[in-house]
Amino acid sequence: MTAVPISWYLILGAVLFTIGTLGVLIRRNVIVIFLSIEVMLNAVNLVFVSLSRHLHSMDGQVIVFFVMTVAAAEAAVGLAIIITVFRNRQTVNVDELNLLRW
Amino acid sequence: MHPVLFLILAALLIVSALCVVLQPSPVRSALSLVVTLFLMAVTFLLLDAQLVAALQVVVYAGAIVVLFLFVIMLLNLRDEPRALARLGTQATALVLGSLFLLALIRFLVTPPKLSASASAATGMATPVSADFGSAQVLAERLFTHYLLAFEVTSVLLLVAIIGAVVLAKRKLV
Repeated sequence: MTAVPISWYLILGAVLFTIGTLGVLIRRNVIVIFLSIEVMLNAVNLVFVSLSRHLHSMDGQVIVFFVMTVAAAEAAVGLAIIITVFRNRQTVNVDELNLLRW
Repeated sequence: MHPVLFLILAALLIVSALCVVLQPSPVRSALSLVVTLFLMAVTFLLLDAQLVAALQVVVYAGAIVVLFLFVIMLLNLRDEPRALARLGTQATALVLGSLFLLALIRFLVTPPKLSASASAATGMATPVSADFGSAQVLAERLFTHYLLAFEVTSVLLLVAIIGAVVLAKRKLV
């Protein structure tokens, strides 16, 4: 059985989530921003699974299942939008995609 | 699970996640994400979540990242001269990120009492039954208590399929 306290897993999840947040903030390529969002989703999944183990409840793992489904849908629609944007603007750099900026 | 093994796994996870964020080439970022997802699946196995670990490998590393790689190669991006934001933005992001991490850890090292189970008191995991995390136990929960959410998920996927096809289709005119 595991001899590692639950809080270690939670802190690992927090660190990974922060790395994903930094990726969203500092990268300019919209595809890499998407990949960073996947890192954030996975960090949250890790927290769900470790709390599920901690509380002896399957609910956390069921929610991870739903998170994966939503991530798949999000990736499909998001990448379709990226393809459309690239076709119209010939770029995926978020600094140049500023039409909606005030 | 020896703490040293956990620390090695955590270090590998953090390094591979940093690779996702810092690699200049999007293809290398996506491949680093595959490594991150596999390591995450190992972590799930350590937490007695066998089915979730298998889904992680099959759905995430197998399907979603392949979709990402497909789009990256389809777009045939030129090399960017400047992959990162301006230095001021980077510094601001770093400061905000550190504050965010501190706030998260401050909250997480003292998790709120979510139940009166024995493990909540000590912070150490207590043994679970042998079939915890198996497909049968997860499915029983999914198809009874979460049945409505499961059915709504199918609608979500249908909408996503239609949306992706409509968005990515070339204009007919």
